[in-house]
Amino acid sequence: MGLDLSYNKYSSVSLEEKERLFEEVKSDMRYQDHALYGCYECGICVAACPSARFYDFSPRVIAQAAAREDADLMYTLMNDSVWDCSQCFSCDRCPRHNSPGTLITIMREVAVRNGLQTARKALEGYGRIIYKIMSTGTQVSPDMLQPNAFPDWGGHVGDIAENLDVWRRALPPETMHTTETSWYVSEKTLIELYLIWHMTGVMDMIKEVDEGLFDILVDVMEERLEEAGYDDVTF
Amino acid sequence: MLHLPVLKSKDRDFQLAENPPTEDHHEALLELEKDGEIIVQRVTGPYIEVQTKFGRTKKIPVEKTWHHKSCGQCGHIPGYSTSIFWLNRALGLDYLDPKDQTSCTAWNYYASATSNPAAQAAVAIRNFASAYETGYFPIIHCATSFGHYKEVRQQLIHHPELRAQVRKILARLGKKLVIPEEIVHYSEWVYAMRDRIAERQVIDMSHITATVHPACHYHKLIEEDAIYTPEVYGAQRTAIITGVLNALGVNVADYSTWFDCCGFGFRHILVSRDFSRSFAVQRKIEVMIEEANPDLTVTHDTGCVTTLDQSQFAGKAHGKKVGLPVMADSQVAALAMGAHPYKVLQLHWHNTDNKAFLEKIGIDTEKTWAEFEASVQRLKDGSKQYLTWEDVG
Repeated sequence: MGLDLSYNKYSSVSLEEKERLFEEVKSDMRYQDHALYGCYECGICVAACPSARFYDFSPRVIAQAAAREDADLMYTLMNDSVWDCSQCFSCDRCPRHNSPGTLITIMREVAVRNGLQTARKALEGYGRIIYKIMSTGTQVSPDMLQPNAFPDWGGHVGDIAENLDVWRRALPPETMHTTETSWYVSEKTLIELYLIWHMTGVMDMIKEVDEGLFDILVDVMEERLEEAGYDDVTF
Repeated sequence: MLHLPVLKSKDRDFQLAENPPTEDHHEALLELEKDGEIIVQRVTGPYIEVQTKFGRTKKIPVEKTWHHKSCGQCGHIPGYSTSIFWLNRALGLDYLDPKDQTSCTAWNYYASATSNPAAQAAVAIRNFASAYETGYFPIIHCATSFGHYKEVRQQLIHHPELRAQVRKILARLGKKLVIPEEIVHYSEWVYAMRDRIAERQVIDMSHITATVHPACHYHKLIEEDAIYTPEVYGAQRTAIITGVLNALGVNVADYSTWFDCCGFGFRHILVSRDFSRSFAVQRKIEVMIEEANPDLTVTHDTGCVTTLDQSQFAGKAHGKKVGLPVMADSQVAALAMGAHPYKVLQLHWHNTDNKAFLEKIGIDTEKTWAEFEASVQRLKDGSKQYLTWEDVG
């Protein structure tokens, strides 16, 4: 089904709420830096965009909606379009020096911070990824290579899973003998990372979109932080 | 009818503008350092000078490098990182493989948006400060980390309130706000070292044709800092990978969708993989095969190797024109210098069959696989716990 830009879908949400969210996008330093200068309507961003080839998705529509300050349309796009973006920044080719990719990054963050239902849905199935990176300091760990997680990658994933421990021990760099993380991250480093999550409001963002994940992360981090002598992890 | 002369693009002589359209981050960083706001980590050891997109000079450190590893490389294609380390060792260069390093965590930025600029900057600077404390200069393995750290640098230069916030966070961790004078991607180091690598080449590759896929987050995301030279595509495209392959005697073949991304898409490769597969096969692999018929395709980023390689299995099931081996430039360079295809390049972690390519350059795949299995047997029977650099040659 194509993208519904008729303004009907979210008519039950007040214009004030849509304007509030758009103001949050516009107040972001990245928006003010370089996300949007205007639009020539040349379509170069769309021509370069991989997502535009396979989805009903257009970085130009998003840039123009922002340039026209159409809070209503921006709300629709924030819900139904931004998660299709590949974040490759091919659209930075814009001759007006817009960065639709950056604009979309901001819109996604606003959607997450405000706990929009569509953001929660977009991140369904993504919790283990967030958990892995926030709790271990690395992502895409070797033990993620399981046949049931990547059935479309063929039988070799099964070979890797079967031989994972011994093949990891066959790697010459000693930091890479791990299976649950991509490399060995020291305990001290991990504590520092946890402090960063707490001090920058990232934990609050997680709580907004996935309370269950938030609780698990707090449990994992709390013990380590307390052992390291950090009772107060806020400013 | 008036006929105006038309100059074809291939005949154009590319000239750099006298005044680059972007700011010089070197000057901005030094200014901030002068004001006591930041510490700039300099390249202090031997370095090689290269030219970036708008004609500025960039220093690529030769050794004493602090290797900022990549999650996806170390986790799923470990021969990628192993080859980078192997090249350093084979060239007799000093480097550090740190444990005091986290991922750039950009997965939570570009994929799920469950982070924010302050957190991302603090993570980046924590890693930079860790490198600074060792005296080694950071070299970034992942193109996304490379691109993202350039974004972070730009934000820190222009936003005093962000600097203040990050400085306060770093102080709590007992660290300083350190930014390196150059943000260096490992493929820039491979490019800078290409002549030394070619001097030690033991595998002839002059009969090999390869296509090149430059990573989006290397040359599109903050386009400043990427290496360009008139010798490679008249400086119309980045010089990395192609410059290395040229030095190794590989025939680099062009194809029309070279600018397209690989289809990785961050969240897509994990939760919407139908898009990644379709894009990688239809817009990249099939086009490369139809237009250039290469022996392999070479790229320089985690996501690109993963997507281009892993997507071909499903493409084959759909009767698509696939079967093109995918490797990183570090792997090809190591292979040319005689690195073992399984003990060092770890090609058994790759998906698309690469035996025909290996046999074409004279490598006995049955023999080398048996050698790897014999090494692994020593781990299985307990006579060794780990293989070391001494074990892999």
